Amino acid sequence: MRGQRNTQIIAFLILIALVIAAPGMLYPVFVMKVLCFALFACAFNLLIGYVGLLSFGHAAFFGLGAYVTAWTAKNWGLTPEVAILLGGVSGAALGTVFGGLAIRRHGLYFAMITLALAQMVYFFCVEAPFTGGEDGIQQVPRGKLFGVFSLANDMSIYWLVAAIFLIGFFLLNRAVHSPFGQVLKAIRENEPRATSLGYRIDSYKLIAFILSTFIAGIAGGTKSLVFGIATLTDVHWSMSGEVVLMTLLGGLGTVFGPVMGALVVTAMENYLAPFGAWVTVTQGLIFIACVLAFRRGIIGEIGARLKLAL
Amino acid sequence: MFSIFGVPAPLLFGQLLLGLINGGFYAMLSLGLAVIFGMLNIINFAHGAMFMMGAFVAWMLLNYLGINYWFALPLAPLIVGVFGFVLEKTIISRLYKLDHLYGLLLTFGLALVLEGLFRNGYGSSGMPYQIPALLGGAVNLGFMFLPIYRGWVIVVALVVCIATWMLIEKTKLGSLLRAATENPALVQAFGVNVPRLVTLTFAGGVALAAFAGVLAAPIYSVNPNMGSNFINTVFAVVVIGGMGSIFGAIVSGFGLGVIEGLTKVFYPQASDTVIFVVMVLVLLTRPAGLFGKAA
Repeated sequence: MRGQRNTQIIAFLILIALVIAAPGMLYPVFVMKVLCFALFACAFNLLIGYVGLLSFGHAAFFGLGAYVTAWTAKNWGLTPEVAILLGGVSGAALGTVFGGLAIRRHGLYFAMITLALAQMVYFFCVEAPFTGGEDGIQQVPRGKLFGVFSLANDMSIYWLVAAIFLIGFFLLNRAVHSPFGQVLKAIRENEPRATSLGYRIDSYKLIAFILSTFIAGIAGGTKSLVFGIATLTDVHWSMSGEVVLMTLLGGLGTVFGPVMGALVVTAMENYLAPFGAWVTVTQGLIFIACVLAFRRGIIGEIGARLKLAL
Repeated sequence: MFSIFGVPAPLLFGQLLLGLINGGFYAMLSLGLAVIFGMLNIINFAHGAMFMMGAFVAWMLLNYLGINYWFALPLAPLIVGVFGFVLEKTIISRLYKLDHLYGLLLTFGLALVLEGLFRNGYGSSGMPYQIPALLGGAVNLGFMFLPIYRGWVIVVALVVCIATWMLIEKTKLGSLLRAATENPALVQAFGVNVPRLVTLTFAGGVALAAFAGVLAAPIYSVNPNMGSNFINTVFAVVVIGGMGSIFGAIVSGFGLGVIEGLTKVFYPQASDTVIFVVMVLVLLTRPAGLFGKAA
């Protein structure tokens, strides 16, 4: 156990170093996009990787977070940290309701219910006046952090995004490695047994769901400030599919997999953007390849080769 | 011109008709999903893509080969069914030993590939498909005008649903199918080729989706997104009806279509969300679905 701890600490330090060094090597806005999606994927991974719950509607929380942050930053003039926090809180509030409904069913039904509920949010966002319909909420001001530091410059907002990502990442990992996380894993491995040991399964699942949706809302809110826009794309089911893809490709149930998956998928979308629907085709092919031949994902495979828990 | 609950009758009946049509599609699609789920334990996320392919194959048959609607109606499901047969043999059969969730992920990927390919080839604006001459025009029913094609769709959808139900509940093949759903190992021990049965079930379910696609082609424009627009709603229908019962899938499909149609009349803003609201209510009161067995 101790050796495993050490590898993870070293890997975490490498990740911090990479996050600090990245904007020197790559376009900062691209790195920020990767970080937002990486945080989103980590939040999703908490459910699929550690509780065994496949949520196919995580775009609802990501998108709601984006809309709330964008709307409050633009119309109420809230400072970025408050607006992002509100995005996270609204994601968690929605997550409490949806989680409470969805955990009534297991397995594939859970996936279908989350998908259907997210679709309801999508249609709501199409109709609701505050989302701006097809146009979305545009020209969202980045504002001043704590009302003091202007974030208009790409590099200054980069450090905020990096800090949010690292804090969120750390928080999720603390949850996974805590006694709470051990119970989650027990539920994943053998639910009836965990019940018979006296754990209130549904409460554990619900808390994990709320934590995951809170972080998803934070990720969505941060993304909307970076790009100054929140649109229907953020709540569309294809966004839910994308986060599943990132996590699957990086490695389900690995600590660093979702980050790697987010990097690869975002980079691929950037390069393939000029080729229209080929992006969708490639995504689909990656899904198929991962399921048929590469179920451990990139980081999971590396970890298995090196006999490390990454 | 008379009115019901303050709504002009033609409007009410018009939306009711649309509701029945949508309900017919929901019923046919959720039927296929339920049958496939029963045998393969897989939620076929590509079901919407198969529906879309059915419409596209009909369109291609007409525009490239000059084969008309009446021949497309059996041919397109056959072609898509063969495609499903090959798919099951080559890819999907590798999943049975894995966690059920992988089936969902794989078929989701499949849906993305198919949709993406058709969008590359044909754009996403959609192409019209002419209503066959024999079914053009409308009849005056006294209280409303009924476009003949729409009436035809409702009748055919009902007939297909009932025929599928009869096939599964009343025939020898159906009883084998139900037995294999309950206990595949035992059925295999009796000398039934269960893997063959599984493959045929998948091909059959997919062909049913394609058949619905051909029916839908003249009503909606033929476009690559037509399947994914439907399938998310169909998942809600499946959750409401419960997967256990074929009859449940048919009733909840038509019923929810009608509810959606009525909502369009009385509170149009909610028409897209009403099915999901019903789903929430059903989950709160009967978590296993209206016709499902507790899982």
